[in-house]
Amino acid sequence: MNLRKDSGALKWTLIIIGELFLALFLILPLVFIVRTSLEKGLAVYFKSITDQYAVKAAFLTIKATIWAVVVNTIFGVCAAWCITKFAFHGKKILSTFIDLPVTVSPIIAGLIYVLTFGRQSFLFPLLDRWDIEIIFATPGIILATIFVTFPFISRELIPVLTAQGTDEEEAAALMGAKTWTIFRTVTLPHIKWALLYGVVLCTARAMGEFGAVSVLSGHLRGKTNTLPLYIELLYQGYDFTGAFAASSLLVVLTIIILILRVWLEGRGNKDADIRK
Amino acid sequence: MKQKKTKSVIPGFGLSFGVTLTILSIVVLIPLCSLVVFSARLSPSEFLHTITTTRVLKSYWISISTAFVASAINAAMGLILAWILVRYEFPGKRFVDGLIELPFALPTAVAGIALTHMTTTQGWVGKIFYDLFRIKIAYTPLGIVVALIFIGIPFVVRSVQPVLEKIDIQYEEAASLLGATRRETFWKIIFPEILPALISGFSLAFARCIGEYGSVVFISGNIPYETEIAPLMIMSKLQEYDYASATSIALVMLAIAFVILSVNAILQSMVSKRVSGIA
Repeated sequence: MNLRKDSGALKWTLIIIGELFLALFLILPLVFIVRTSLEKGLAVYFKSITDQYAVKAAFLTIKATIWAVVVNTIFGVCAAWCITKFAFHGKKILSTFIDLPVTVSPIIAGLIYVLTFGRQSFLFPLLDRWDIEIIFATPGIILATIFVTFPFISRELIPVLTAQGTDEEEAAALMGAKTWTIFRTVTLPHIKWALLYGVVLCTARAMGEFGAVSVLSGHLRGKTNTLPLYIELLYQGYDFTGAFAASSLLVVLTIIILILRVWLEGRGNKDADIRK
Repeated sequence: MKQKKTKSVIPGFGLSFGVTLTILSIVVLIPLCSLVVFSARLSPSEFLHTITTTRVLKSYWISISTAFVASAINAAMGLILAWILVRYEFPGKRFVDGLIELPFALPTAVAGIALTHMTTTQGWVGKIFYDLFRIKIAYTPLGIVVALIFIGIPFVVRSVQPVLEKIDIQYEEAASLLGATRRETFWKIIFPEILPALISGFSLAFARCIGEYGSVVFISGNIPYETEIAPLMIMSKLQEYDYASATSIALVMLAIAFVILSVNAILQSMVSKRVSGIA
């Protein structure tokens, strides 16, 4: 006897409610984007996505995303390594600060950087003398992107490394292995799936960041417009086909990311099961 | 006194800690300090004046009320989705499970323009609602709720799902052997068990929705006193280079987010005490 069995009617009602909800809120918008972008035919669609400003915006988005992934990977690995392998005071505060960026509104994230590097900041005279432009320029966009994805990689690595413990690294160290060797041969095999998973999440969020980047961008066409900002510009200029064509590129990337995510999650779980 | 750092045989503490602290300082700590320094220089009367103007107060109210309604709807739908994903087998289950994460991966601006264009009185969905019920969705608070429902979908599902998976079948067996109906078993055995996760999913969604900008800014239409959200108020102050007002509004928003997360933490400890008290 299966005590968890609900009556067929209840079961299917709940399933249909759930699926209708997702179809209405998630699938319909995606279909709508693709449909609207192709409204005026394929020729217009290809013209929109190969527009020189669209291409430049796409390159800036890729640049910011790569920066965010690289910096957050270095940070995530180092932070996870020192949080899980060593005992020191202030660990809790460190974790709080690492998680902080995702809890603040993206607009506030942008505001914080404007206050730090803008004209009224105590750092401004210094930046001015060395001729460094941060806000309303590419470095600001990159910083904002790093900020909004800051904990994504460390947060995936910490649970895996905590579960793994420190025995293996200690054994390797006692046998005389150097830091880099220990990391590469002992730690990395444990965390590789979690690391890739974190990179995928980081990429997803970095390529789509809008609020924080919007505050820090100078909104210069072809210079400081990322793809999401370019979409906003087109939409507000009533170029709906162009806006949805550019959006469809991001929809394709989103779908790839979702598929990768499911696959990586499966791989990670399988590895964890084998080790048990 | 706590004893000082225990010596570890594993090398690389200095290097990893140094890199961690350097990047953390540049990305988070220094900017945070400058926010504190700038806030300290605000005059209290100016601060109070900025945050109590009718337009700003109204924007807080719009942000909080729409975020609350959207998160409440997501709590109910999230519970149903988590339930069907854990308890039932049905065709396309894996697809549904993967789809839940879509709002997280889809750029908010893309979601924003799609939802807006669909729900204007000429759009696919908006036309139906307008013709049948004379209800407008885009450029009204209802539109903001729609965008926030989209954004908040993953939060409740992903916090309830793992808890629901871990509930031991023995409790349900015992309840059923003692003569409880399925309904009683759900409300008295299962629901108290998943309540903390439900509350925390709701709080996370609520906090996220209050700060949401990208998906809302298109669909809201940004009509002062009617559909202007608090993050947009900050944005428009920034565009006027009025950093003092922008910071004042932002500080109140940070306080609101802090209150939501603290209430959640308090509720978590209360609920978990009650549950463990029974067991």
